[in-house]
Amino acid sequence: MDFGGINPAVLIASLMVASVPILLAAIGELVVEKAGVLNVGVEGMMIIGAICGFLTAVGTGNPYLGFLGGAAGGAALSLVFAFLTQALLANQVATGLALTLFGLGLSSLMGQGYNGIRPPLTGAVPFGPLADIPVLGVILFSHDWVVYFSIAIIAAVWWVLRYARAGLILRAVGENHDAAHALGYKVGRVRLLAILFGGAMAGMGGAYLSLIRVPQWTDGITQGAGWIALAIVVFASWKPWRVLIGGYLFGGISVLQLNLQASGSRIPVEYLSMSPYLITILVLVIMSSGQGRGGDRAALNAPAALGQNFHASR
Amino acid sequence: MVTLEKRPTPSRFWAAATPIVAVILTMLAGGALFAVLGKNPFEAIRTIFWDPLFGEFAWYLRGQLLVKAGPLILIAIGLSLGFRAGIWNIGAEGQYIMGAVFGASVGLAAYPTESRLIFPAMILAGAFGGWLWGMIPAILKTRFNTNEILVSLMLVYVAEKILSKAALGFLRNPEGSGFPGSRNFKDYSAASNPELIAGTGMHWGVVAAFIAVIFAHILLQRHILGFQIKLAGQAPRAARFHGVNPARMIMLCLGISGALAGLAGVFEVAGPAGQISIDFNVGYGFTAIIVAFLGRLNPIGILLAGLLMALTYIGGEMASTNLGLPSAAIQAFQGMLLFFLLAVDVLTNFRIRMFAKGVA
Repeated sequence: MDFGGINPAVLIASLMVASVPILLAAIGELVVEKAGVLNVGVEGMMIIGAICGFLTAVGTGNPYLGFLGGAAGGAALSLVFAFLTQALLANQVATGLALTLFGLGLSSLMGQGYNGIRPPLTGAVPFGPLADIPVLGVILFSHDWVVYFSIAIIAAVWWVLRYARAGLILRAVGENHDAAHALGYKVGRVRLLAILFGGAMAGMGGAYLSLIRVPQWTDGITQGAGWIALAIVVFASWKPWRVLIGGYLFGGISVLQLNLQASGSRIPVEYLSMSPYLITILVLVIMSSGQGRGGDRAALNAPAALGQNFHASR
Repeated sequence: MVTLEKRPTPSRFWAAATPIVAVILTMLAGGALFAVLGKNPFEAIRTIFWDPLFGEFAWYLRGQLLVKAGPLILIAIGLSLGFRAGIWNIGAEGQYIMGAVFGASVGLAAYPTESRLIFPAMILAGAFGGWLWGMIPAILKTRFNTNEILVSLMLVYVAEKILSKAALGFLRNPEGSGFPGSRNFKDYSAASNPELIAGTGMHWGVVAAFIAVIFAHILLQRHILGFQIKLAGQAPRAARFHGVNPARMIMLCLGISGALAGLAGVFEVAGPAGQISIDFNVGYGFTAIIVAFLGRLNPIGILLAGLLMALTYIGGEMASTNLGLPSAAIQAFQGMLLFFLLAVDVLTNFRIRMFAKGVA
């Protein structure tokens, strides 16, 4: 069953893999934004995660530790963001940009001499005979653990935000920090934890790029994935399950365009490779534009205190 | 306990002093970074900040200062207007590339005609290319309320693809025996942007940067439009009561910053870079964001910040050839500068109280 040299089952399986980095980064950023913090430094945290994960995995020979290292690297960089925006009340957009610029520089500094090395292999989860089921086996049971982890973490975030007390507090802080403060919640602490979670997820997403998706270290490995993750949060209107849909949509487009490039499509390579970015813009336009009397759908659902710093004067 | 107390008005002293404090802190932290990399920190800092100005090769490197500072200042001036109005154009890199591609296309289309009109036409085309690329996020923002941060950034990647298409395809030198890259403008006098005074690095782009600084200064200090830009950023509601049209503000700020970035691109490609190549852009559009903040979004400040940042580029290149410092270290160093700047900026708006008592 092939269409123009592209097997749909393999395509679905590979889009699931391709979308893991943006899924992880986007679900992390969703939590951060739900707490009322806009961290546009996802790209920087991802690339730091990519290099930290890569160095850890190559150093220890253990790919699992690599992912841990990536998460730690991303979280460490996000701590800088948290300190600047929460303690020193710096502008969040500017600080996020600084995070990205610094992360890109630092990562290529750390990666000196690691180009061309192959990281230890992360194997697929052994599902035994299940993986041999035609079509479904390839789609569902042939992946590495991070693919399943990314879905599980989305489910967990959805559950926590919806049913757990911690999720309620997080949302309260993101919707109205003054009211949350008046109720006795530690706005700064909640936001710090959310930012760290976002950093760890972005870092892990980055590590997935350098350990599995590519898999090697090159400068600027993220190629804007962090920014696409930010766009996906808008696309998802801050709803966890829609992050999954958005992530798979973008994963699908990037895999499809790569396949079209490989199968020698008549469309020039440059136009194919710019398609994920153009489609991101298109999706943002659709999600942000007013639909009838509903007005701005995306903005309606945005956390009310998004991007505002909190300073308890009393 | 350390607590922050909001100042009734931002401190004028700290507003001027924070960039200097930030630079000093960055030198300290950068020195530590270089020490970790196994270099002598004092030597590294001296190579970056002192040698280009007063060292052995200063006669040549001082000229390079203007070459690097020109595009940085030109782009940062445009960005600062938007940042002041709360409009975040972070896609200047893309506008810079599109300016270069548009300008170079006009110049190369005229090849080998010799006419005095070609260079001005290229400049106009470059400004138009950058303006066009800046107007995309502006129109999407005003029509569909799309986030300009994300759109302008996505367009950087699109512009990079167009650049590689230009270098490998439609602008490739037909006599270049298949190598990527366009004809060199240095061999085509009607379209080239030469050094105006030998040894100074002064070219038309630097002249344009100085003019932009003067115009921006007048705009912000003396013109109603500058007042509206500042008002829109500081008090959007008051601005609306004042009759400031937010859509017009967005179009204007993104349009101006796009056009200035496009100008920087065409001056660069016709001058110092010489040709369209896959990687002729070296991230000026992103570094200009740091320049704009380091200059406190003030035209005169940006002029100084642009020169300082140019110094780190040149000093960084020297440090990488003389001391073997990786060139990425300078990029990290520049990012660090923005961190410190944002961190010490707290002093402008807040008083720091130690051991404050009596807070209920």
